[in-house]
Amino acid sequence: MAAPGGFSGTDFKTEETVFLGFTRTQLVAFLVMVAFIVVSPFFLYPVFLMKVLCFALFACAFNLLIGYVGLLSFGHAAYFGMGGYLAGHAAKVWGFTPEIAVLIGGAVGALLGLLIGWLAIRRQGIYFAMITLAFAQMVYFFCVQAPFTGGEDGIQSIPRGNLFGMIPLSADITMYWLTAAVFLIGFLFIHRVIHSPFGMVMKSIRENEPRATSLGYRTDDYKLMAFVLSAALSGVAGGLKSIVFGIATLTDVFWTMSGEVVLMSLVGGLGTIFGPVVGAAVIITMQNYLAEFGAWVTVIQGIIFVLCVLAFRRGIVGEIGNWLRVRL
Amino acid sequence: MDEIFGIPAPLLFGQLLLGLINGAFYALLSLGLAVIFGMLNVINFTHGAQFMLGAFVAWAMLNFLGLGYWWALLLAPIVVGLFGVLLERTMISQLYKLDHLYGLLLTFGVGLIVEGLVRNEFGSSGLPYRIPTELTGAWDLGFMFMPVYRGWVVIVALVACIATWLVIEKTKIGSYLRAATENPALVQAFGINVPRMMTLTYGAGVALAAFAGVLAAPIYSVNPQMGSNLIIIVFAVVVIGGMGSILGSVVTGFGLGIIEGLTKVFYPEASATVIFVVMAIVLLLRPAGLFGRA
Repeated sequence: MAAPGGFSGTDFKTEETVFLGFTRTQLVAFLVMVAFIVVSPFFLYPVFLMKVLCFALFACAFNLLIGYVGLLSFGHAAYFGMGGYLAGHAAKVWGFTPEIAVLIGGAVGALLGLLIGWLAIRRQGIYFAMITLAFAQMVYFFCVQAPFTGGEDGIQSIPRGNLFGMIPLSADITMYWLTAAVFLIGFLFIHRVIHSPFGMVMKSIRENEPRATSLGYRTDDYKLMAFVLSAALSGVAGGLKSIVFGIATLTDVFWTMSGEVVLMSLVGGLGTIFGPVVGAAVIITMQNYLAEFGAWVTVIQGIIFVLCVLAFRRGIVGEIGNWLRVRL
Repeated sequence: MDEIFGIPAPLLFGQLLLGLINGAFYALLSLGLAVIFGMLNVINFTHGAQFMLGAFVAWAMLNFLGLGYWWALLLAPIVVGLFGVLLERTMISQLYKLDHLYGLLLTFGVGLIVEGLVRNEFGSSGLPYRIPTELTGAWDLGFMFMPVYRGWVVIVALVACIATWLVIEKTKIGSYLRAATENPALVQAFGINVPRMMTLTYGAGVALAAFAGVLAAPIYSVNPQMGSNLIIIVFAVVVIGGMGSILGSVVTGFGLGIIEGLTKVFYPEASATVIFVVMAIVLLLRPAGLFGRA
């Protein structure tokens, strides 16, 4: 399952790391990304950018699992959606401040990930994908019936509240800076995890699980840990989205959402650090412009899926990296 | 005989029958998935869309060509099966050398395209498809009335499952298929065209899904989402049963349908989730699935 068939980004000759575990090219790419995040609200609509950042964090969390452990979860909507519901409920009904609400979203994602991951890691490959999808559908049915989710209406008019009880977030630009900060912290955290000794074991499981086992690693523990981290960050992304848009609905727990996050990572480049961010930006932009065409969005997403799998498996960032002969 | 465990008998038998019907579809669809997976090592995410296409082709035949249910039962699987053959030849066959998960992603994408196109053409609301006149009415079984069409679905599904089993276990082409599942390179060395067998296997599995779709058309309303809602449950059925044996798919499919029906009677709130709960228990006790090989 190695090189051309695997989901990893191509590994080139290891470059020296210069700062925070980034190689020189990665550092340049990171600075470009930060510069874009800082400058963009002055010429693009902040609400649109916040949507991109929420989904970028979600896609990065998903990519941690598929790109670095080789586990394809087809049910990440469960953690994203439940994180969103609980954060919304915490902010609206319990009256928590937004930062606590988002953390609650992350905690819910982690708990749910612990439970589902514990069951799902018993099987591999396509079975793992089917199991995670099935459990996510179970969470969806739960959300349809549970009273606190508001059924078809969802949880509406969630207040943005005051950050730390002091800074009001009602202005879009203030909310934007908070969203950007959460995204960057999440992004750097994932980057740190990938480059930690723990991350090395994750990658060794992706490359050759029996070998990792024979070297004495309890691979199931590592897989579960990675799964919980990914689910927790997805919950944070979902919680953040609820606070930003003031609404949490069934769309966010439905299987189509799980498909969308797969698509974002695939378009951007599986197993690259920056790929999911680019993929999220591309897909959200596309949805924005094509919203008026209704069901055609589904068709176009399907076509992108097919094209990516058949002809463009490295994704946008993966292709750029391959062209420059560097890891991005 | 009026009450069983404090439940009115007609309600109990009614739900059991509904469970059997759902079970028939679980069995037919998981059987198709298992046959395709055994040969191609691809889990066919388009299966739900192909099931839905079967129903839509039946509807279109009736409304545009005036061909009724019986023609649809014969022709719709062939039409959709040919679409499957085309799909395998042009796309899926290019992925055999790659990680199996790419096949999953590709068929998922194709499913989105098919579902989106059908929704654009026919809208999301259901289209009615009438029960053929020969199968209307109900039998009086003494303890309940059994609508003829529902009985027909259960019987036909069983016959289709047994026929598939016979083809795979008792015919020459079936023995090639089993051999090629075990060791394709060796079978190819004996002069058997394995790539063509893979194409035909995929086509047959897809045709089986479309056949189930035609059977379902008069029961459920014909709508673009009918397949995707069902297929996720079928995935859980496949995980529970394991894809190792054909008999296993059939037993698991019908069994889970009945469990679901009984849950509707005794604890309706859990009826949507009971199959997933069973899946969790099976994963705990027998991770390879009830009939699976580890």
